[in-house]
Amino acid sequence: MVYRYLPVTAEDRKEMFAALGITGIDELFSDIPESVRLTQDLNIPAALSEPEVLRTMTGLARKNVSADQYACFLGAGTYDHYIPSVVNHVISRSEFYTAYTPYQPEISQGELQAIFEFQTMICELTGMDVSNASMYDGATALAEAAKMAAGKTRKNKIVVSKAVHPEYRAVLASYCHGQNLELVEVETFNGLTDLSALETAADGDTAAVLVQYPNFLGGIEDLQRIEKIAHQHKGLFIVSANPLALGLLQPPGAFGADAVVGDAQPFGMPMNFGGPHCGYFAVKKELMRQIPGRIVGQTKDDKGRRGFVLTLQAREQHIRREKAISNICSNQALNALAAAVAMTALGKAGVQEMATLNLKKAHYAKTEIEKVGGYEVVFTSPTFNEFVVKTPVAVSDINKGLLQQQIIGGYDLSRTYPELVNHMLLAVTELRTKEEIDRLVKGLEGIQHD
Amino acid sequence: MTNTGEKAIIFELSKPGRVASNLPALDVPDVDVASLLPAGFRREVPAELPEVSELQLMRHYTELSNRNHGVDSGFYPLGSCTMKYNPKVNEDVARFPGFSQIHPYQQEETVQGALQLLYELQEDLAEITGMDGVTLQPAAGAHGEWTGLMLIRAYHASRGEQRTKVIVPDSAHGTNPASAAVAGFDIVTVASNAEGYVDIEALRQVVGSDTAALMLTNPNTLGIFEKDILEITKIVHEAGGLVYYDGANANAILGKVRPGDMGFDVVHLNLHKTFSTPHGGGGPGSGPVGVKQELLPFLPVPVIVKKGDIYGLETNRPQSIGQVKAYYGNFGVNVRAYTYIRTMGPEGLRLVSEYAVLNANYMMRQLAPYYDVPCPQICKHEFVLSGRRQKKQGVRTLDIAKRLLDFGYHPPTIYFPLIVEECLMIEPTETESKETLDEFINVMIQIAKEAEETPEIVQDAPHNTVVSRLDEVTAARKPVLRYTKE
Repeated sequence: MVYRYLPVTAEDRKEMFAALGITGIDELFSDIPESVRLTQDLNIPAALSEPEVLRTMTGLARKNVSADQYACFLGAGTYDHYIPSVVNHVISRSEFYTAYTPYQPEISQGELQAIFEFQTMICELTGMDVSNASMYDGATALAEAAKMAAGKTRKNKIVVSKAVHPEYRAVLASYCHGQNLELVEVETFNGLTDLSALETAADGDTAAVLVQYPNFLGGIEDLQRIEKIAHQHKGLFIVSANPLALGLLQPPGAFGADAVVGDAQPFGMPMNFGGPHCGYFAVKKELMRQIPGRIVGQTKDDKGRRGFVLTLQAREQHIRREKAISNICSNQALNALAAAVAMTALGKAGVQEMATLNLKKAHYAKTEIEKVGGYEVVFTSPTFNEFVVKTPVAVSDINKGLLQQQIIGGYDLSRTYPELVNHMLLAVTELRTKEEIDRLVKGLEGIQHD
Repeated sequence: MTNTGEKAIIFELSKPGRVASNLPALDVPDVDVASLLPAGFRREVPAELPEVSELQLMRHYTELSNRNHGVDSGFYPLGSCTMKYNPKVNEDVARFPGFSQIHPYQQEETVQGALQLLYELQEDLAEITGMDGVTLQPAAGAHGEWTGLMLIRAYHASRGEQRTKVIVPDSAHGTNPASAAVAGFDIVTVASNAEGYVDIEALRQVVGSDTAALMLTNPNTLGIFEKDILEITKIVHEAGGLVYYDGANANAILGKVRPGDMGFDVVHLNLHKTFSTPHGGGGPGSGPVGVKQELLPFLPVPVIVKKGDIYGLETNRPQSIGQVKAYYGNFGVNVRAYTYIRTMGPEGLRLVSEYAVLNANYMMRQLAPYYDVPCPQICKHEFVLSGRRQKKQGVRTLDIAKRLLDFGYHPPTIYFPLIVEECLMIEPTETESKETLDEFINVMIQIAKEAEETPEIVQDAPHNTVVSRLDEVTAARKPVLRYTKE
């Protein structure tokens, strides 16, 4: 077998062995205890040539139903959005994707400046002062925000709305367990966080109140009232927000949020079966030195020229070790670049326009589905691009039927909300055409009496 | 712009009315936004995002990319980061719509190819590491460390044991103690001996009934293999603790030795190091975690399972630590690693480690006359030099690193591990040709001579980069973290 990634030739090997005074490669592994040295090949499939590997991978990819051929109405935290072609062209430039963390700023100005611009865009959208360079995803960003709040307030109770993404809450629970923090979940009412229950749950021991905007059920929370509840006992107010929705919705910063986190996947990232996406993390200035992860700052070189560096590193693990704010090292830099390119391509007007298309198309779908007998749009609060429909039969059966018609149906809420049996969460993005929406409505009509 | 070294920020190129994208026209009946969103909900001031044309966008980012150095640009011997070549076929495959345009909540029968890939990758990684099960959920190395430590915590708790301490060698990556702290453990540091190995006697002193785990990188961050590894794992096991393998340096051991066979109970791998997925300028990575039998019940949910010929997601695992990331990990990264493993096969992976180790030893031997070598024994895939000789000549390791920039190289990792004075940590990887190694060796020799004869050339470096040394102190003292219109 020829290995195209391995340039050492027989002649090279001979010369290098001679330089090292060895006769065989095993001499370089003589420090491994003999009893555990592997004497036979690993039991994994044999090497494939490039054409063979492409055939294998094409075969695996074809076993999946993908949104390029089916109309996707699944959302629930991951969305099928328009990705401008420029995004893939920029992130395919090897100077970006084959580099590592910009530890050497003189030869990393491109990455550093791109991240500085990303930070600025996130601040603009969220209405916050400071953003970091990205987190793994929206779920870990929320968990890190809770951890930050506990560190800042020196309190150990985290209050989270049940209208926050169930997987975000699951990850939050894991991090809270690690940090010995108490996690309290607040019930929903009419598709929104139950504010009287929130009022009861948030008390003097509460480090933070966490809500999602728009929430997992599609509803737009009343951040003005939640801010008051969060702050009345001096806890932090943390909002997980869909950044695309912020093209149209009043940003959490305007309501006094202390931290805004979320996932930038709607900007420039394919669904990728759930990852890689791009967590973002933005805070008020007062929390600047409590923020986890990389941050890029502007400075000057010794000739007075503007340049960019990783900064405020005294927060980080490679300096502070166990006293660091977080253990995060690698984040999602290339995805942050993709988000920045997408936000630039859409621009000031495009982000508003795309958000508006989502709002109006989802509204159309909602109105049409409501006309179908047996289906009911259950919550009355305003929504963005997602809404909940009560269905006459199990959601899994409906989705099976829709699949026959090249439609990927909605999220089965009974998976994570036992009280919402026969409830489906549908997402309608700017990519869904009227024809597809009408086909969905017709499809639902046909399945109602199964 | 008056100064050629500066590059406009995208916001400075902005002009109202320009766009770089096209959205479809509204094809459903129009309604007034105000009727859908009450006043208090609607954004009052639009976000100031850039307004540029598509060509302006491409030129901007192309210029930025020209101010960046990647593995495709030139040699990148950044120690402990395994900056190997990132195969292009992997990039093509990850972009197949059948992988990139699938939703994590699709019905399982519609994503059988994706689940099969993940299942087989788990099996491959279990075989490579000698473990009994693998989760692909962690997004990066540090995330894998934390996941592994949460597994260890759950394991001890399930046995009714209160073990609060994690032992970390002083040569360990900063993420090790940081991850242990995030998992709720106290950290005990154990010293290395003069040769760079874990001090066995010191280890014996610190283990006890409160030891939850020892975290170890092997080969360690000095690039040397802990030859007493069997003794080390035995000491920790006899105290009732578990041993954690930090896979940052796994590029040295593929097909040669397996953590599971050395007595490790939990291991993480960095697919963006060992398995060729691109580092992306600082992510996305992937940090799978492998465990031995006793820890299988605690793995994060959902667990990817195979029943007959059908692949599925299992969530009903009462002892699981729960979820560590939304969905199933950085799937797109895992697709690339799977493609790499299929390309290399068992012999190819073994050769990866053999050549990585050969290259490192060759470079170390060639540079030994010119720089101090704190650990002169056989190294594995990387080695450390000390610049203390050059320091006496007025040239710091930082200066040597900056001088390397003038020759088109990314410098090695510097000032790490912390236990080596003026440290340079060099990892050539197996994908570099002997010619590249020889050229780099010659430049390092030249810099050593410059340090002796014309130190100011090194001290004032870099000379050829778009910016010179940047003021990091002011950056941290008076932070400017976003663009603001003047």
